[in-house]
Amino acid sequence: MEHLYEILKHVDGFIYPNEIELQWGILIILYPYITGLVAGAFILASLERVFKIKVLRPTYHLALLTALAFLIVAGLPLVSHLGHPFRSYEILTTPQLGSAMAIFGFVYLWYLMVVLLLEIWFDYRYDLVIWSNESKGIKRRIYKILTLGVTDISPKALAWDKKLGYIITVIGIPSAFLLHGYVGFIFGSIKANPWWSTVLMPVIFLLSAMVSGIALVMFLYMVVSWIRKVKIDMACLDEIGKFLFMVLILDFTLESLDQVHRIYEAEESFEILHMLVTGKLTYTLFIFQGLMGTIIPLLTLGFFRMYLPKEKLRKPIYFLVSCLVLFGVFFMRWNVVIGGQLFSKSFLGFTSFKLGMVGLEGFWMALVWMIMPFLILSFILWLLPPWKKHSEETV
Amino acid sequence: MPVQLKTLIPLFAVFIILFLIARHFLIPDSFGKYGHYRANSIDEIAALPINYAGKAVCIDCHDTEAELLASDAHAGLSCEVCHGPNAKHADDYEIKEYLIKQGTREFCGRCHSLNPARKIEVINQIDIKEHHPEKENCIDCHNPHAVWELKE
Repeated sequence: MEHLYEILKHVDGFIYPNEIELQWGILIILYPYITGLVAGAFILASLERVFKIKVLRPTYHLALLTALAFLIVAGLPLVSHLGHPFRSYEILTTPQLGSAMAIFGFVYLWYLMVVLLLEIWFDYRYDLVIWSNESKGIKRRIYKILTLGVTDISPKALAWDKKLGYIITVIGIPSAFLLHGYVGFIFGSIKANPWWSTVLMPVIFLLSAMVSGIALVMFLYMVVSWIRKVKIDMACLDEIGKFLFMVLILDFTLESLDQVHRIYEAEESFEILHMLVTGKLTYTLFIFQGLMGTIIPLLTLGFFRMYLPKEKLRKPIYFLVSCLVLFGVFFMRWNVVIGGQLFSKSFLGFTSFKLGMVGLEGFWMALVWMIMPFLILSFILWLLPPWKKHSEETV
Repeated sequence: MPVQLKTLIPLFAVFIILFLIARHFLIPDSFGKYGHYRANSIDEIAALPINYAGKAVCIDCHDTEAELLASDAHAGLSCEVCHGPNAKHADDYEIKEYLIKQGTREFCGRCHSLNPARKIEVINQIDIKEHHPEKENCIDCHNPHAVWELKE
């Protein structure tokens, strides 16, 4: 019981006993963050495919593969948070249809199996067949398996690849919206928590997902180009910047609307939320998320709409903006997940959160999950390099 | 039918069938008997060791304290709220390893230290540092079983 005295020092005012310790830590922040990056990257890819924005072509495959690499990791922070990996299949074998959280397995599988893998397969099938003939050893065998035995590369079959891939992308857009809207719904539907419970939550999550996904592809496109020592397609980068600006405006407007609505309504929870925002969340909300993650990128990208500086200056600025946006959206998730647990449901007190470095819920663990998708992406880019695709010229 | 679908449709069908077969074997026998959970878990949980004895058991032996307690402001409290879980002590009087008899300022202060967010009409509160600093512990003056009775 002695440890309680130590913990109580971090509590202000009156809180219920079960609110002292936060149940959802940094791993639960990573879950919506990584899922958002998936949805955002996929939506950017679909802009090229469905809405025929040809200038985005250089990032199309990169965006798709990024979405796949991050989707593979998306559920793992949850599994590691829950701490029982060998029971995780139960979410699929005994689905509780009345619970929004329990449906995640199916939302995830739908997106992975029906949307992403199929779209990438249709897109790469021609190359897989060619590569399986050209390469040697283990790589040849992997490509052979990946073709699933469909080695027909007649013009008719290739036309079907295109057609079916297109259909999948069209299905994929609402699916991407569903995936991340769903994650927002998980928080937005918790009616006992006034910081989360808003119908705008799924929409806000979706828009910030698009913001972060677009910024991630922008970031990766620049990094991959530098590593490969090829020239960055500035027209493409400018176009991504334009979309980032557009979505950022929408995201900023909606989040502000949500707050304005909260302030004007000033329900009984308002006082505690006001104290939360001006107290424990000051840095993460106003400085990290608001100023660094939203205002500075918005002003910079907005300025670029009026005046485009030289390429030499524009590149590092785009790079910086993409990093800032990624940083800001991470703290948007932080403010939602951590912020919602800092105040008591009695509205009379606060607990506090300090991120530990070690341990299963600590910083290093989170870093492992955050680095993992980049390693997976490196592997996928090695296996399926978009820049070595044959279909670009021939089909 | 396009050649791709000739492979994909059977492949997905195989996946789904394999999943259904795996599901058949993975679901525990007693699952769903009473609700969306494993019915056997009820017996398993019931078989876990008990930590709290409960007020009724304490009163059997400690009737003097219980009588005192019932007459005053702490009447609503269960014994183990302050003394800690003591099912073992209830089984064997000699086992007193978890029995708490502290009454320190910090211990009582968990409920009674001044906190503006706590209603003073419901719980009496004092500044645990300023309140009679010449005494060390609360129980030097107060009897927790009869809280208004001050010791000499």
